[in-house]
Amino acid sequence: MQPISYALVNDVEAAVTLVGGDPGSAFLAGGTTKIDLLRLGVEHSDRLVDINALALADVEELQDGTILIGALARMSDVARTPIVQERFPAVSEALLLGASEQLRNMASMGGNLCQRVRCSYFRDGVSPCNKREPGTGCSALEGLNRGHAILGASESCIATHPSDVAVALVAFDAVVHTAGLDGQRAISIDDFYLLPGDTPQIEHPLAHGELITAIELPPTPPAARSLYLKFRDRKSYEFALVSVAVALELNDGSISDARVALGGVATKPWRARHAEQELRGAPPTEESFARAAAAELVEAQPRTYNAFKVALAERAIVRGLRQALNGFAG
Amino acid sequence: MATETRVAAEGVAEPPSERGPSREPVALRVNGSLRDVDLEPRTSLLDALREHLQLTGSKKGCDQGTCGACTVWVDGRRVLACLTLAIACEGHDVTTIEGISVDGEPHPMQRAFVEHDAFQCGYCTPGQIMSAIALFEEGNATTEEDIAEFMSGNICRCAAYPNIRAAIREVRDAAN
Repeated sequence: MQPISYALVNDVEAAVTLVGGDPGSAFLAGGTTKIDLLRLGVEHSDRLVDINALALADVEELQDGTILIGALARMSDVARTPIVQERFPAVSEALLLGASEQLRNMASMGGNLCQRVRCSYFRDGVSPCNKREPGTGCSALEGLNRGHAILGASESCIATHPSDVAVALVAFDAVVHTAGLDGQRAISIDDFYLLPGDTPQIEHPLAHGELITAIELPPTPPAARSLYLKFRDRKSYEFALVSVAVALELNDGSISDARVALGGVATKPWRARHAEQELRGAPPTEESFARAAAAELVEAQPRTYNAFKVALAERAIVRGLRQALNGFAG
Repeated sequence: MATETRVAAEGVAEPPSERGPSREPVALRVNGSLRDVDLEPRTSLLDALREHLQLTGSKKGCDQGTCGACTVWVDGRRVLACLTLAIACEGHDVTTIEGISVDGEPHPMQRAFVEHDAFQCGYCTPGQIMSAIALFEEGNATTEEDIAEFMSGNICRCAAYPNIRAAIREVRDAAN
């Protein structure tokens, strides 16, 4: 790893000022991505500003039922927070299906949202990669792309976004709160993730030195029956080939609200809006579920080794919806 | 807004002191003892333990957060020492495999690992044991499924998994 200097900060303003004023500085939270990528030579920082002492680790409920998850809350703690388990089970399940307990004890929620892709061409530090070195090309297009994206990709980048919890968060319209040199702002999580387009190196609308302070989950009644399913090469401690977050609301025998989001198949946590549109107002039947799943995957662009993800994603959606429907039976 | 932010920052405290990139005195509390060591800020907790404090029980398998061989506890929670900076552990309690014996006797989990032959080459074993003990604190040792799931961050290339789970069950059942 390159030599780095280190500063421990005690307030958000100091953190933002230090990092924002120096292009070579970066925030250090759990370190599970940052230290890894610095050691691999994929990311470069001269100075790490340790934000772990900031008072941003709580999960709190506001008067109106909104849940505010502090950016420094650890994945394992958020997963076991009763109010998250009760109101947003898919969020808790997605957290527990990601990484290992050691990593979940370390990784912060803000850092989870900002984690980098697991594409081996990005991580090897030498292959042509537009995300790591803009303009060098994408090695995955004609390479080993079994794990890569079929939705939201471009000719510049087809890497999938690796987060599980972000998939659940996009399903429930979470809001990312930040603090920067220009003050505070709130960004819808769907807008927080940018499609690669011609600039895959730009993943978020954050300015340098802009710090995530909290993740807001607005009151979402259907989310209380939500679920998260993850399909992968081994049963535990593996990234998703396909995952799905699902929530349904029924009214008078038809679907009044549907939330569907996909992981493992897209360049960002993927809100399945086409599927949701098909479901809204439809009867909760296998036929409706299949139609919705097919609608979402119409625009899929399979590559040499990942064509199986189209069928797998459709089946994941159908299974997720079926299980969500079964949740109403009892 | 930016101006307000700067004023607020000045009002709260003096700017934080920057340390490194060359070696700095770092005070680490490891297994209950305060240890002073000169470290570059980039030094991982794992390298600090193994190379500077001669605590070589924690193992370096992958050095990228994949294998779990470096599992230690920081403030009682299991973490990966390879992805942790040593300097960031100042003011926190670090516990390694060398720190779990009770009155000079092996920890019950260590005994159970021996009893059940829960290893072959032994390289992953310190990390396995640090995770295995942590399961109880976390409440993740109740079912066979939980044990398997919450031990998945510790890879054993010899595949001693069934015996590792047997050792954990024995400690659990003995405690009940």
